[in-house]
Amino acid sequence: MAQSRRDFLGMVFGTFAGAGGLAALYAMKRTWDPLPSVMAAGFTTVDLSPMKPGEFRTVTWRGKPIFILKKPPEENCNHLPDETKKRLVKVGDAEYLVMIGLCTHLGCIPNWEPEKKIFHCACHGGEYDACGVNTFGPPPRPMDIPPFKIEGTKLVLGEEGPEYKKMVGKA
Amino acid sequence: MAHFTKANSLHEWLDQRLAIDKLWKVLAAEYWVPKNINFLWAMGVVLLTMFSILVISGIFLLMYYKPDTKLAFDSVNYTIMQEVWFGWLWRHMHAVAASVVFLVIYIHMFTGIYYASYKRGREMIWISGMLLFVTFSAEAFSGYMLPWGQMSYWAAQVITNLFGGIPFIGKDLVVWIRGNFYVSDPTLTRFFMLHVLLMPLIIMAIIGLHFYSLRFPHVNNQDGEEIDFDAEAEKYKAGLKKESKVIPFWPVFISKDLFVLGVFLIFYFYLVFYHYEFAMDPINFDPANPMKTPPHIYPEWYFLWSYEVLRGFFFPVGSLSAMDMGLIAFGIANVIFFALPWFDKNDEVAPAARRSGFFVWFWLMVIDMIILTIWGKLPPTGFNAYIGYVAAVGFLALWAALPAVTARKKGLLGFVILMTLALYIAGYMEYAKTLGNGIVIVALFIIFYALFFLNPVFVRNRGGAQ
Repeated sequence: MAQSRRDFLGMVFGTFAGAGGLAALYAMKRTWDPLPSVMAAGFTTVDLSPMKPGEFRTVTWRGKPIFILKKPPEENCNHLPDETKKRLVKVGDAEYLVMIGLCTHLGCIPNWEPEKKIFHCACHGGEYDACGVNTFGPPPRPMDIPPFKIEGTKLVLGEEGPEYKKMVGKA
Repeated sequence: MAHFTKANSLHEWLDQRLAIDKLWKVLAAEYWVPKNINFLWAMGVVLLTMFSILVISGIFLLMYYKPDTKLAFDSVNYTIMQEVWFGWLWRHMHAVAASVVFLVIYIHMFTGIYYASYKRGREMIWISGMLLFVTFSAEAFSGYMLPWGQMSYWAAQVITNLFGGIPFIGKDLVVWIRGNFYVSDPTLTRFFMLHVLLMPLIIMAIIGLHFYSLRFPHVNNQDGEEIDFDAEAEKYKAGLKKESKVIPFWPVFISKDLFVLGVFLIFYFYLVFYHYEFAMDPINFDPANPMKTPPHIYPEWYFLWSYEVLRGFFFPVGSLSAMDMGLIAFGIANVIFFALPWFDKNDEVAPAARRSGFFVWFWLMVIDMIILTIWGKLPPTGFNAYIGYVAAVGFLALWAALPAVTARKKGLLGFVILMTLALYIAGYMEYAKTLGNGIVIVALFIIFYALFFLNPVFVRNRGGAQ
């Protein structure tokens, strides 16, 4: 009888201490989490209406360069395979290319060469066509598309809108 | 309460309260080390000294270093290097020591492998030593981030990105580790904490464990001879110092150690004063810039071999991308040395020179790791990619072969070699783009990894004469 009372006390103590330990671990995990201010800064809103056809812009989102290219109508990706057409974002009447400007090989930042209409990565010679699809060299896949949401003529980077979900096949 | 008499000296007073005489005997004056050893047995004391130098120089750097992305670069490169008296000395001592400590760790490690000092009761010495290797690596990586130059930044970016390869939680884990979506201020401050407090605390605790793990199995010797330490110690204490096979750590062994240490420190301070630049990458003297990747990034020399295992797989296999294949091999490479006592299927403790198969294995492993190190620094383009593949597969193949080598299973060894050669040919065809990502390469890798994981489990221990 005495033994079972000790066992009981032992279990009560163990549960109590275990609960405290778990609570402490949770607090430690949360302390390592990105702060609310950091999470809030994880969204970038860009107004696309002032952009001219053919204009190329770089904005920063989560510390990464985001390439935005407004396609002139005669120069959309029609001469390229269908797949690449899907990479265009329609905002209003115009089409835009929106992608994370990091080479998918080792993360260097490729250059837009307007006269050749290609992105060229100086690090290991990778090349992408005007739609950001890899055409030459070591890059394993086209440049990634950041999650976006369209709000009128504005683009919110970091939020997954219906157009983004459709594009990456999540819907 | 215990009975205390009046002490006649400070020594006696302390001895009554702390038993310092007994403690000294246990730790040093009657801690027995075999006579039959060579200078390679001094690496432990060299490492302890290097760790002390790192702690002391680190304390002085800590007085002026500022863990803030806006201030870090200047606090190192301007304040410490140009304003603080002898600031340059602490920094160069710290950087050079961080680099050469790995040289000594590798020598220490391969001495243990060569003389079979990891088995027959010495497994915990080996495991605690490998834990020190891992924690020293984490310490080196976190410290490398602190000057906040371009190499600091991009090394942090690439290494934290590696965790993204973990299935399901990878992407969230990367953000969690960084405390932001990219390497930035919260990343710097938390790695600063790890570098100056948590990792050193853990390292010191493991050093304690490593020393303690030596006490029961004792230090190995050049012939792997099993010594009756109690009997030999009695002989020594009875005055038969010549006949005894052991010597006390203090003052006999330490005098030999200090000589080796002295030679090593001459080499170390020569580097500190005249060749510190090898530990100071010029690219790291550009401030960190998240918007510009340096054209060619590479880790410090002591990480190059595992980095090359990561990069060695340049083509996809089935549904796994080249990156996934590299990550799997890289993950294995970083933990596989822990399992050495169980890949070795021969109980005999003897230097590699007396175990013919193992002798070949040992030197092939050394050569392969040197090749991985050299190619780890070259750009992974053209034929370099294939050489990296050969060396990375070779590294895994050596482990797959080790149970067969040590248990003298010739048929199995032949099969491992055959599979490795098949992977080399298939890899060359992938390189020349004549094979394509088909069923052949998938099948070859499945068989290869099956050999890797099943051999240490199913090959029977050979026993081996003592």
